Amino acid sequence: MKQDPHNPRLDLDVIADLVTPGSRVLDVGCGDGALLQLLAQTKNVDGRGVELSQSGVNECVAKGLSVIQGDADTDLADYPDDGFDYVILSQTLQATRRPREALRNMLRIGRHAIVSFPNFGHWRVRTQLAIKGRMPVTGNLANSWHDTPNIHLCTIRDFVELVDELGAHIAHGAALDRYGSPIRVNAPWWIWNLMGEQAVFLLERRAPQK
Amino acid sequence: MTNFSHAQQEQSGSAGKTVTFSSEQGLLTDGGGAIAPLTLAYETYGKLNENKSNAILLCHALTGDQYAAGIHPVTGKTGWWDAMVGPGKPFDTDRYFIICSNVVGGCMGSTGPASINPRSNKPYGLDFPVVTIRDMVRAQSMLIDHLGIDTLFCVAGGSMGGMQVLQWAASYPQRVFSAMPIATAAKHSAQNIAFHEVGRQAVMADPDWRGGRYLEQGVRPEKGLAVARMSAHITYLSEAALQRKFGRKLQDRSAPTFSFDADFQIENYLRYQGLAFVERFDANSYLFVTRACDYFDLAADYGGVLARAFKETKTRFCVVAFDSDWLYPTSDSRSIVHALNAGGASVSFVEIESDKGHDAFLLHEPMFNATTRGFLESAAAARGLRDSRK
Repeated sequence: MKQDPHNPRLDLDVIADLVTPGSRVLDVGCGDGALLQLLAQTKNVDGRGVELSQSGVNECVAKGLSVIQGDADTDLADYPDDGFDYVILSQTLQATRRPREALRNMLRIGRHAIVSFPNFGHWRVRTQLAIKGRMPVTGNLANSWHDTPNIHLCTIRDFVELVDELGAHIAHGAALDRYGSPIRVNAPWWIWNLMGEQAVFLLERRAPQK
Repeated sequence: MTNFSHAQQEQSGSAGKTVTFSSEQGLLTDGGGAIAPLTLAYETYGKLNENKSNAILLCHALTGDQYAAGIHPVTGKTGWWDAMVGPGKPFDTDRYFIICSNVVGGCMGSTGPASINPRSNKPYGLDFPVVTIRDMVRAQSMLIDHLGIDTLFCVAGGSMGGMQVLQWAASYPQRVFSAMPIATAAKHSAQNIAFHEVGRQAVMADPDWRGGRYLEQGVRPEKGLAVARMSAHITYLSEAALQRKFGRKLQDRSAPTFSFDADFQIENYLRYQGLAFVERFDANSYLFVTRACDYFDLAADYGGVLARAFKETKTRFCVVAFDSDWLYPTSDSRSIVHALNAGGASVSFVEIESDKGHDAFLLHEPMFNATTRGFLESAAAARGLRDSRK
C-alpha cells in the first residue's frame, strides 16, 4: 500500500505485519474491507468484519468478505470467548462510546488485540490547544469539534495506562510519524507521545500467574 | 439417490412442471402424519451446468408459489421475485439454474389440503396432516434429489422462505454452499402467531368454510379469507409507507359519505388485496401454511441453543433485514447472526434502509439488489463457477 501523508489509514501495513499467517481475524470497524482484503491476500487469514455503515458492508460483501453490520459498542458482547486469534480495532477506539468495554471485549474474544488510534499527545495537537487556544484539527483528526465522531480521544500515555488497568500486556507498540514510519523503538515513551501522530499496539491477555 | 425411478413421475403441462412421489415414497411429517402420494409443482429458470454446481433453490413466502419470475400463468402478473430473478438480475438466469417449488400444503399444484385424499377420494380438508417448515424442506430435498443435484450453490428466500433457508442450512449443511435468509426469524414470535391466529379465525368464522369441507359443498369462504388477507397485508407494510401512499386520501370522492363505503383509499386498497387473493389461494391452505410458520422454532430442535443448529457449518451466509420491517424486525435477524457467529460461521449481515416494511424484500431496493449480487458473485468465485458472460 502506498504511504501517503494524507491517507489517515497508513497504519494498515503496520497492523498487517503484526498478524501471524493463517490466523483467525476479526476486524472491528472494517470500513470498505481494505485491511481484511490485505490480510486475506498477504497472510491467508480467515477474516471476519464488523462495520456500521450499510455502504461499507455492501462493499465488503461484494468483495467476498464476511462482514456484519454493527459496531464495537453493541455487537462485541455477543461474540464467544476465544473465537479469534486477533481482534483488530483500527482508528475506531476514539469513536466508541465505551472504549474500556470495547477493549475488554476484544481481549476476551481474541487471544490478541491490535489497536491503532490517533495520538492526542502529538506536539501539533498540543500546540494548537496550548498556543492557539483552539480544539486541534489535524490530518488525522480532520473534523472540527462540533461534528467529530471522535468522542474519546486519548494520548499514547493514557492508552498505556488503560491497558495496564485491564491487566493486559503490550507485546508490541509502535508510534508512527506523519509518513507512517515507525519512530525508533528505543526512544523513550515521552518521545513517542510527543512525536507519534498515530500509535499501533499489539496486546495480549496477561498470562495467568503460576 | 433414486433419479427418475419408476416411483417418480415427472409431468410437464399447462400447470407447469410436477413430480409425483408414489405412495411408498411419500412424506412422513413431523406431526406423525403421512402425505402419499406426494406431488411437488416446481419451476426452473436458466440452465443446469455440466457438473450441476450452479443450482439455486428459491423458497417462497407464505402465499407465494413456484412462479418466482416471468408472467404468472394464473394471475397474469409478474412472479413474486421478478425484481430479483432473470437475465442480468442478481439471481442471474444466464448464469445460475434457479429452482422454485410450491411448498407442501400449498395450493398451486403441490399436494395440499385441496388435493384429493387417496383414502376418501375427497379433498383432504382438515384431514391433511399439519406440516412444518422442516416438512416443507424435506419435500424440497426430495425434489433436489429427483433433479440429480447433490449440493445447491445457494438457498435463498424471504419471510417463511427465509425460515426454509435456515432449516436447509441446519438439516443439510453439506448440501448448501451458500444461504440467504432474508427478512426472517429463527422462531415465530408471539406477535406473529397472534396475527396468524386472527387470519385463521376469520377464515373459520366464515359460514362458507363448513368445517373445512367447503370444496365438497361447492362453496368457498371468500369473505373470511379476504379479511385474513387484509389484516395480514397491513403487517407487510409500514406506518411510513401507508402514510406516504395513502395518508387520509379519499377514494374517488371529495367528501366522506357518512356511511361504511370504502371512503378512504387505504380501505379500497385493502379490499382489493383481499379480493385478488381469494381468487388464487385456497382457504385451508392458508390455515396450514400459517400454522407451519407458527410451529417454527429452529433452536428448539437443538436443545434451545440456536448456535448448535449451525455447528461447524461450512455454508456461507448472508443475512438481510429491513429497518422498517416490524413483522420480522432486525433484532430477529441479529439473533440468527449471533448464533452463526458463535459457531464461527462465515456470515455477512446487512440491514437495508427502506420504509416499505416487510414487503421490501419483494420490491426493487437498490441496496438489497447490490448486496445480493455481491454476495452471489463472491460465492460463485469461491465455488469456481465460471462467468459465462465474460
